Amino acid sequence: MMTYKVDARGLSCPQPVIMVDRALKEGKTDFEVLVDNEVSRENVLRLLKKNGLSAEVKEEGPTIVIKVVK
Amino acid sequence: MKNYFSSRTGIILVGAVIGALAALLQYLGNPPNMGICVACMERDIAGAVGLHRAAVVQYLRPEIMGFVLGAFIAALLAGEYRPRGGSAPLIRFFLGVFAMIGALIFLGCPWRALLRLAGGDGNAILGLLGLAFGIFVGVQFLKRGYNLGRSYPQHRSSGWVFPALMVVLFLLLVFRVSFTPGGPIFFSEKGPGSQHAPVLISLGAGLLIGVIAQRSRFCTMGAIRDVILIREFHLMSGVVALLITAFLVNILLGQFKPGFAGQPIAHTDHLWNFLGMVLAGLAFVLAGGCPGRQLFLSGEGDMDAAVFVLGMIVGAGVAHNFNFASSPAGVTPFGPLAVLVGFIFCLVVALTQRDQA
Repeated sequence: MMTYKVDARGLSCPQPVIMVDRALKEGKTDFEVLVDNEVSRENVLRLLKKNGLSAEVKEEGPTIVIKVVK
Repeated sequence: MKNYFSSRTGIILVGAVIGALAALLQYLGNPPNMGICVACMERDIAGAVGLHRAAVVQYLRPEIMGFVLGAFIAALLAGEYRPRGGSAPLIRFFLGVFAMIGALIFLGCPWRALLRLAGGDGNAILGLLGLAFGIFVGVQFLKRGYNLGRSYPQHRSSGWVFPALMVVLFLLLVFRVSFTPGGPIFFSEKGPGSQHAPVLISLGAGLLIGVIAQRSRFCTMGAIRDVILIREFHLMSGVVALLITAFLVNILLGQFKPGFAGQPIAHTDHLWNFLGMVLAGLAFVLAGGCPGRQLFLSGEGDMDAAVFVLGMIVGAGVAHNFNFASSPAGVTPFGPLAVLVGFIFCLVVALTQRDQA
C-alpha cells in the first residue's frame, strides 16, 4: 500500500500545519509530510509533538520528508 | 545544528530584545511609542521618496533596511536563503495596500500597538482587540480551505533584488541626495519624520532584529493566529515578552505615561481604532504574516512577501494622498470609506482563493 502523503511543498505557514492537523483529525497516524523549508519542518514537528507523535526526518534534494511515527 | 532561536526560550529572548531595543530607540530619538513601527516606518520611506507629500512623515528609516538585510544575512549563513515566488503576487500587493490603510487609520502596525500599550496608551487596547478580531475572522477562512496557492523556486539572483533595494535606500539616506530642487529625497523638518535615533544605531538595531527574527520566525499575527487555530502559544510567548520588556524599559526611562487622551501620534476614536486594525489583521492573515514578518521573509528570498511590502509602501502613498490616514486629530471623512472598500476586497479574496486539489 502506498503511504499516505501530505504534500505541502511550496506552501508557507500555516498551510502545512493545517494540512497535517486535518490528517490527524481524520484519524491518520501513519503518513508522510513533504515540505520544502525549515520553518514548515519546525512547525510540523511542533504540532506532531503536541499530539504525542514523533517523526523521522530525511532530506531528499530540496524536499524534506517527515515520516510520522506513533 | 539545532536552531536555538526556534525554541521556547529563544522566541522569548527575541521578543524581549525587540521590546528593549524599541524602547531604547525612542529614548535615542525615534518618535514616542514608535521605537519600531513597521507600518509607520514604511510610510515614512514612502514619503521620503515622494510617494506622498505629508511633510511631517518623510524619512528613510534605516531600521526597515536593517530588518531585510539582517534576515538576508541570517538566511544565507543558515542555508535558508531560498528564492521563491509566484503565489498570487497581485493579490498580495493589494492585501499590502489595504493592510497599510487599516494600520494608518489606527496609526500603527501590531508592533506599535504593543509599544503604545507598553507606553501607557490605552487606545492601543482597541487596536489590539481589532487586530485579534480581524485575525479570528481570517482564521475562519483558513479553516475552510483559504489558500493563495503554492510558490515555486526562482533563480538565485531574484532574491537579491529586495536586499539590493534596501542598500540603495540606505545610500540615499547617507548621501541625502536631492534629485531636483523641491523634489525627493524628502526629509521632514518637523513632526514624527524629523524624530529619529542616530542612523548607525537605527541600522544596527534593525540588523540585529533582522537576524534574530529570521532565526526565530517572530510574528505578531502568527502569534494570535496560532492560538486561535491550533492552541499553540509558542509565538505568543515572544509577543508577551516584547510587551513586558518594552513596558519595563519604558518605566526605567520615564517613558510610561498612562491614559487615553493626548497620547503621542494617536487618536481616541475607539470605533475606528478597532475597525482599522480589524482590516489590517484580516489582511495580515490572508497574506500569511505581520508587516515585520513580511520584511524578514523578503530578506530570505520570499518574493511574494516582498510584493506585499511594496503594496504596503504604495498603500501609504494612497492613504496620505487620498486623505484616508488618520492624524492625532482623529479619523478623516474618507478613512471609513477606505476601510469598507478594504473589507470588501479582503472578503472577496478570502471567499474565492481556495485550495485546488
